[in-house]
Amino acid sequence: MRWKTADFAGWGRALSARFDVARPERRRALDALLSEGLVPAMGMRRSYGDAALNAGGRAVEMTRLDRMIGFDPATGELEAEAGVQIGQLAQVFAPKGWLPPVMPGTGFATLGGCIAQDVHGKNHHHAGSFCQHVTSIRLRTAAGEVEVTPEGTPDLFRATAGGLGQTGVILSARIRMMPCKGDVMIVTERRIDDWDEHIAMLDASRATYTVGWIDATATGSGLGRGILEEGETGSGLVPRRVKFRKVPFDAPRFALSAPVVRAFNQLYWRRVPESGRTVVKPIGDFFFPLDKIHDWNRLYGKRGFHQFQCVVPLAAAGELRAMLESIAGSGLASPLAVLKRMGPGGAGHLSFPMEGYTLAVDFPNRAGARDLIARLIERARGAGGRIYFAKDSLARADDIPAMYPELAAWRAASSDADPQGTLATDLVRRLKLRGAA
Amino acid sequence: MNRTWIILGATSSMARAFARQVASQGAGVLLAGRDGEDLAALAADCALRGARLAEAVAFDARDPAGFAAIVDRAGLEEGEINAAVFVGSMPAQADIDADPGLIDGTVTDSFTGPARFLHLLAPVIEERGMGSIVGVGSVAGDRGRLGNYVYGAAKAGFHTYLSGLRNRLTRAGGHVVTVKPGFVDTAMTWGLPGMFLVASPEKVAADILRAVERRRNVIYTPVFWTLIMLIIRHIPEPVFKKMKI
Repeated sequence: MRWKTADFAGWGRALSARFDVARPERRRALDALLSEGLVPAMGMRRSYGDAALNAGGRAVEMTRLDRMIGFDPATGELEAEAGVQIGQLAQVFAPKGWLPPVMPGTGFATLGGCIAQDVHGKNHHHAGSFCQHVTSIRLRTAAGEVEVTPEGTPDLFRATAGGLGQTGVILSARIRMMPCKGDVMIVTERRIDDWDEHIAMLDASRATYTVGWIDATATGSGLGRGILEEGETGSGLVPRRVKFRKVPFDAPRFALSAPVVRAFNQLYWRRVPESGRTVVKPIGDFFFPLDKIHDWNRLYGKRGFHQFQCVVPLAAAGELRAMLESIAGSGLASPLAVLKRMGPGGAGHLSFPMEGYTLAVDFPNRAGARDLIARLIERARGAGGRIYFAKDSLARADDIPAMYPELAAWRAASSDADPQGTLATDLVRRLKLRGAA
Repeated sequence: MNRTWIILGATSSMARAFARQVASQGAGVLLAGRDGEDLAALAADCALRGARLAEAVAFDARDPAGFAAIVDRAGLEEGEINAAVFVGSMPAQADIDADPGLIDGTVTDSFTGPARFLHLLAPVIEERGMGSIVGVGSVAGDRGRLGNYVYGAAKAGFHTYLSGLRNRLTRAGGHVVTVKPGFVDTAMTWGLPGMFLVASPEKVAADILRAVERRRNVIYTPVFWTLIMLIIRHIPEPVFKKMKI
């Protein structure tokens, strides 16, 4: 197997590393490679920070092991290789009346990546996290290939779900798909004037899929204003998805400067009439709005960007409001900001979701933004919340134990599965997740 | 129209992308190759994507004894029988220089093996009066280059064979498309130095399918290789022989 030595970056492009990557196209090639020793696996590198990086080491890219292996229409159970992309599953199965039970914000995320980050979607308040729908994982551990199930091997399952790939290489998995009405979304959009209304509407929403876009530049009485989007699946005729576009070069710095973002957000907010509206969209447009613009991360220029995402308990909504106030006052936020109410669901020791409110905001990679994010991480921790490993690129090791109370249990299970620590990644080392070493 | 595609070398990533695209249009696919386990996974995948029929069949370019069984299997299907040839092997030129015996295998994999197979299929296409053959060659077959001229020579032979087969099958209502891909993002090119403008297998597969629908004769994919190769083909030999490209 040939190794490609190159610089790889997380989606945010603020962190990058040089290492060797192999990309087997068949199981046989993967098996041969892993028989020489385990290496961390990576998918489409849609994690924003360093979850998929392994500076100076090796990694195996799983994107070509992406076959759907079996589907049982009686139970909705699908088996697929780890490299298959969630958007592909949605595209193939929505016309048949099924959807992946949980879909993250990009359809490019792989099945393996969704397990390793125990991702959540716009239906988290009903459906819980991704791994709560996983019935079985084929995992290549240091001891060989094992089948990991929630009932049969609960310890290893809890360490693998959201386990950042530290228990082994995820080869394939079975998930329970969710019935849907068809391959379109019926989306109701409503304007929200301020923070209190935003929280109240998220609390009151009974829709299957709910998310709030937030104008993270609005201050004063407009703080927390945004758009509530509620979606249900439906069937009927809509125009086919529009053509993909691509960002051909790194944007200059002024592209996302404060006045530009403020103006954009103003227009984006006013786009929805005051009385609200209901629109019909292709599935992909609702779940993966940014996937239409390939390489949109280049909009942030060469230096990249950071995403801050935290969740705080329901009772700490006031603290989250204060955090938004400091974000809005900083003039550093980008148009990409999301507020959502989460349910309690999570399947693993290191799963991000907890019952509460989650806020996600993008910032260009500048010193002021890094300082601000450091303070926000501190406050999330103080509020009894946590940050999301799929997004993080700036947290410190000291921040983590308080945020993730099951860290010790996870550490023990991952050491059992990978005693040599050969699966450690830049993220794991930066946050000392596997231990002090 | 009932369509069946025999896909030779179906474990390659270009073939996989092609198989998936025809599968999603409801065609039947007979996935031919050596790695049965891998082909079974692809067959399952194609079936879920909408293939009317998806089966793995054993094919080894160096073992012509197995060819007839595949043609016979395809013949059980009604309607149009098509074939897409993605087989070929490209040992490093340095390895060939050290062991000229490797030339035989390279030529068999990239030219004579597939040619013998297509020779068995041609009468079926003639008899039914329809059917398309896609032969994947290479830009390397257009000029003999220092870096891979044995592989290039085998592909050049295959190109000429396809040209003749096109001449033959056109008379009977069939068609042959010669595909010359440039750099494609596959296991063959992964990590090789000097790659540029690398196309995804999905893009190449879509180009091939469009060429079949429009009954094109010879295509370069991605399309800008038409221009690159137009220039390269016209470099006079006295100049070309001194170049290192």
